[in-house]
Amino acid sequence: MRIRVDLDLCQGHGTCAEEAPEVFAVDERESKVIVRDECPAESLRAKVKSAVRFCPTRALSLVEE
Amino acid sequence: MTAVDAVAGVVHDARAHPGGAPPPRVSGALPVLGHLLQLRRQPIELLQRGHAECGELAELRLARLPLVMLYGEEAQEAFFRAPEEQLDQAAAYPFMKPIFGEGVVFDAPPERRKEALRNQSLRDKQMRGHAEVIAHETERMVERLPKQGEIDLLEFFAELTIYTSSACLIGKPFREELTPEFASVYHDLELGTDAIAYVNPYLPIPSFRTRDRARRRLVELVTEIMDARKRSAQAKGDLLDILMRVHHEDGRPRFSADEITGMFISMMFAGHHTTSGTAAWTLIELLRHADHRARVVGELDQLYADGSEVSYHALREIPHLENAIKETLRLHPPLIVLMRKVLYDFHYKGWTVAAGKLVGTSPAVSNRLPECFQDPDRFDPTRYGEGREEDRLHPFGWIPFGAGRHRCVGAAFAMIQLKAIFSVLLERFEFELAQPAAAYRNDHSKMVVQLAQPCRVRYRRRPGKAAA
Repeated sequence: MRIRVDLDLCQGHGTCAEEAPEVFAVDERESKVIVRDECPAESLRAKVKSAVRFCPTRALSLVEE
Repeated sequence: MTAVDAVAGVVHDARAHPGGAPPPRVSGALPVLGHLLQLRRQPIELLQRGHAECGELAELRLARLPLVMLYGEEAQEAFFRAPEEQLDQAAAYPFMKPIFGEGVVFDAPPERRKEALRNQSLRDKQMRGHAEVIAHETERMVERLPKQGEIDLLEFFAELTIYTSSACLIGKPFREELTPEFASVYHDLELGTDAIAYVNPYLPIPSFRTRDRARRRLVELVTEIMDARKRSAQAKGDLLDILMRVHHEDGRPRFSADEITGMFISMMFAGHHTTSGTAAWTLIELLRHADHRARVVGELDQLYADGSEVSYHALREIPHLENAIKETLRLHPPLIVLMRKVLYDFHYKGWTVAAGKLVGTSPAVSNRLPECFQDPDRFDPTRYGEGREEDRLHPFGWIPFGAGRHRCVGAAFAMIQLKAIFSVLLERFEFELAQPAAAYRNDHSKMVVQLAQPCRVRYRRRPGKAAA
């Protein structure tokens, strides 16, 4: 799986970083998400799916490869 | 990229475009006022007519100012994705400046406004605390109520949301210093959002006089609170304390009571009438639809059967309740038109909206587009269920919170707030409409939409569900 971010939409709420801190962080200066790992390990799938699902601005999506 | 680079790039793009046709105009504009009177009387009908007559782009006129409405998912996406340097929010809402006051928010440049989230109160991490506060404030409101009776939905929710938003965004000590008068005066301020402001926001008309009187009274109330704090010298640790402690080098306070009041008004504004109205309409819709009400109450009964905390569940999924709230937001969006001022020409397909005009989208029209929503006028929370998810399928069509880079930063907070409020209300009380179901309606005479009074419901404490 690969994570796609639409930075036009991201407002830096940090929900993703709460759901999956291994994969996401927030750039406090820019109020935007930082994706630490674009293709996270399969073991993180559930957490990443929650991050995508609960993103308040729907800026995240998952692409299967 | 610096702002200068961005603007330079933009100028280049604008020059490269050959320029398109001007948008078609909507009929029925009066000589001086344009469509202003219709906007104050029947705004949704006017906005719908624009779409029906002209299609994707329709030019209205607010007094001298042209407002080009964009309709349909594609045009709306172009609106929501346009950069701040091209479509400016502040300049589009002249009725807000006398409410916030000089130097506050809409006077600030866009880069500064982006900092709203850096005021940490809307960050995800803060939400658990907020949910606790909201549940507690709702409990306090209902403790005052007798076992059964009637409430006015506008007054009840407007007061409750003053307490919740002041406690969450400014701080609990400040909330404790507020009286019910603050809520009622704040409401007068909201009534000052008359679209006549597009002619001149300082005309000597009754609603603007009430607005200015209300603002002066709020400054007095905040001044009293500040004076009491200066006398007691005891640290409260909330935002008011912090602002009072900032001084110029020569020792004078950095912020006057007027400026602080303006900041507080602006911080509370976006989340107040919107949440209050949505709470009222959610209750009305649930009372109109017994099947959905039963589903939501059953869901809450099950969640709270083990005595778990509202603050726990408000942060998690409560699917039936959430879907009912979303459906209420779709049918009764608190903001019916979203506007921006065009700073350099905005091109869309074969049309050009010239700099200086306003552009807008309408959640009230978009949320009922038949190409996005099946049976669009029907209250049907199941449209958000698995397999349908009409909101996710149409992120630029389902727009009660706007969309794109300007999507309401308080949307998540609002949902948590509404879930907490209804967790308390529906667990403690049974409600019943006190008027014919079709008699509940909005008052659209001001840009801030409010429930029209009377808007009463009956309540009765549920047996075996005494106040905690």
